Amino acid sequence: MGRRVLITGLGTFWGGRLAQALEADPGVDVIIGLDRLEPTVKLERTEYVRSDENYSILNRIVKATKVDTVVHTFLVVDSTQMAGRLLHEINVIGTMNLFAAASAPGSTVRDVVVKSSALVYGASTQDPVWCREDFRRKSPARTRVERSLLEVEGYVRDFAIDNPHVMVSLLRFSNVIGKDIATPLTKALELPLVPSVLGFDPRFQFVHEDDVLRAILFVLDQEVPGIFNVAGDGLLPWSEVAKICGKRTVALPFAGASLATAPLRRLGVDLPPELIDLLKYGRGIDNRRLKQAGFRYDHTSAGAVEEFCQSVRLRRTVGPEPIYHYDEEVETFFRRSPAVVRDQPTVS
Amino acid sequence: MGRSMGIASEAMAGTPETDDRRSPSRADGGVTERRQAAIGNPAALVPVALPPLAEEDAPLPDPRRSDVDEWGRSQHMRELAHRLYQPIYDSWFRVEWEGLDKIPAHGGALIVANHAGAVPSDAPAIMHGIETEVGRPVYALADHIFKGMPVVGTLWARNGGVVAHPDNAYRLLREQGQLTLVFPEGSKGPAKTYAERYRLRRFGRGGFVEIAMRAGVPIIPIAVVGAEESMPIMFKIPALAKAIGVPYFPVTANMLAFGPVLGTLLHFPAKFKLRVLDPVGFDDVPPDQPRYSRSRIMDESEAIRQRIQESLFDMLQQRRSVWSG
Repeated sequence: MGRRVLITGLGTFWGGRLAQALEADPGVDVIIGLDRLEPTVKLERTEYVRSDENYSILNRIVKATKVDTVVHTFLVVDSTQMAGRLLHEINVIGTMNLFAAASAPGSTVRDVVVKSSALVYGASTQDPVWCREDFRRKSPARTRVERSLLEVEGYVRDFAIDNPHVMVSLLRFSNVIGKDIATPLTKALELPLVPSVLGFDPRFQFVHEDDVLRAILFVLDQEVPGIFNVAGDGLLPWSEVAKICGKRTVALPFAGASLATAPLRRLGVDLPPELIDLLKYGRGIDNRRLKQAGFRYDHTSAGAVEEFCQSVRLRRTVGPEPIYHYDEEVETFFRRSPAVVRDQPTVS
Repeated sequence: MGRSMGIASEAMAGTPETDDRRSPSRADGGVTERRQAAIGNPAALVPVALPPLAEEDAPLPDPRRSDVDEWGRSQHMRELAHRLYQPIYDSWFRVEWEGLDKIPAHGGALIVANHAGAVPSDAPAIMHGIETEVGRPVYALADHIFKGMPVVGTLWARNGGVVAHPDNAYRLLREQGQLTLVFPEGSKGPAKTYAERYRLRRFGRGGFVEIAMRAGVPIIPIAVVGAEESMPIMFKIPALAKAIGVPYFPVTANMLAFGPVLGTLLHFPAKFKLRVLDPVGFDDVPPDQPRYSRSRIMDESEAIRQRIQESLFDMLQQRRSVWSG
């Protein structure tokens, strides 16, 4: 009997990609994806279930489908995507409902992987250069996204304590960069002049989007419980990041930097307060624990940035890749209609 | 087994150790060893003991464009700073070392010294001296307040300044075997007024001894004469310090002589003498312990403080003039 996997946030970048990767795995029998938005990637056998943002439907799904693995990728770490209220609903209330369902009597859930973020460490002057997994931040979490992620991790921890038979892995990702993902940082790096904070040149760490996916699949496959930082090797100054991208930096004033970002918002680059802190103080997370567990990265921090830059150059010439549009009727036709001949060898 | 998982399995294929780990399959309903470990310690999601990190097989492509290391130090920047500072070192402070051969040529060591002068002039002198004469980089642990200052913080980091955090110190000393400088008096040293010169303050809570024990490195004490007179504090304005959020706000003789701006930058040309004392080793205690005896730490800390204090008095007895030594 193979795995039955529930992915939260199927419509997100990670959920979709993870579902694609799991579809290729014969050891996975069932993939169910939950989201409030439709998937944005082409999926063959993943079942998409629309839910509201706080997953009130979840209890029923877990019971009905008897999933044994939950991958929680729905956590919002980019606070520019939505209003704070919604972010709280999705992150905190959604996680609460997820774990309530997973710990209900008779639950079949045995593995849980949560995709969190290095944002939980914050960025302040007092932090060590490298934060280990057991690092406890001294600076209070001031932004909504940081507070919500800390609350989420609290729920994860409680769940792990209350359900010792469940293997819980919590992954904290550094700044993700790559060909396809769009974050405030990648948008900033695509501007003609890269914004920085006057007088600060902090050291940044990146993780390549493929390494993120590989890390999630790794903990799923190897069943390593615990908290793991996921980030590429090396720290490089923000000015060097810009240099790798062939750009110069333009300095925002260090006092009232959040005011100065208002014109940037017009350009589609919103630098939230947690990123202003990062642009002042930087953050390094120690990635050795996941390496000890046996994971090997494919990209260093600088390597990830360079690959991002090359893909931007390509996109500028040949245009963006076409976006996949999910159409419920079409999907149902391909999956359910007796007219479709299944199990035929794929044409190579 | 048959549970290969797409991309991840490619990276995993191989080592017998990984095979071993994946063999207890979920399907048999058994609880794996790892899971058992997790149950053993419910308080943490972090319970599993993992094998030591194996050597990386092949280095990944790492297209760096600058030589700024993980601590923010840049060798280029240091060399530029050496060229700029050399005349000050030679002609202004006329720095004279004694026992520089006690600084080890390899391996980590924690250098501790007395700290003085409103804007301390001892740190650059010690770092410049060791870097140019011993030829090893020196990282200086300092208060995190510098990191928050625009421009200053960046320059400080490029020149080897690191936030004084036990994790940073351990990594520098134990894992990277670097020379690391720390002033155990902290800001209490430079905050003394001229009337209290060369009287060492409390050496914090002895944290530097604990770090050296944990990292398994010796402590090398240095006594510095001259920094006190290079920028003496006449009096302090606590209200102003509180208002702008700095540990102390000094009014120095330099400010009275050169004005408020130049006075914070320009030191008086006091003669600098530095004496390296015999290293203190902690070979009898094993490194990497979670805790060390508090009384031992405090005793060692006090003994080192005493030795620096006595050397200072000895050097001051022999000093004929503040300016010519």
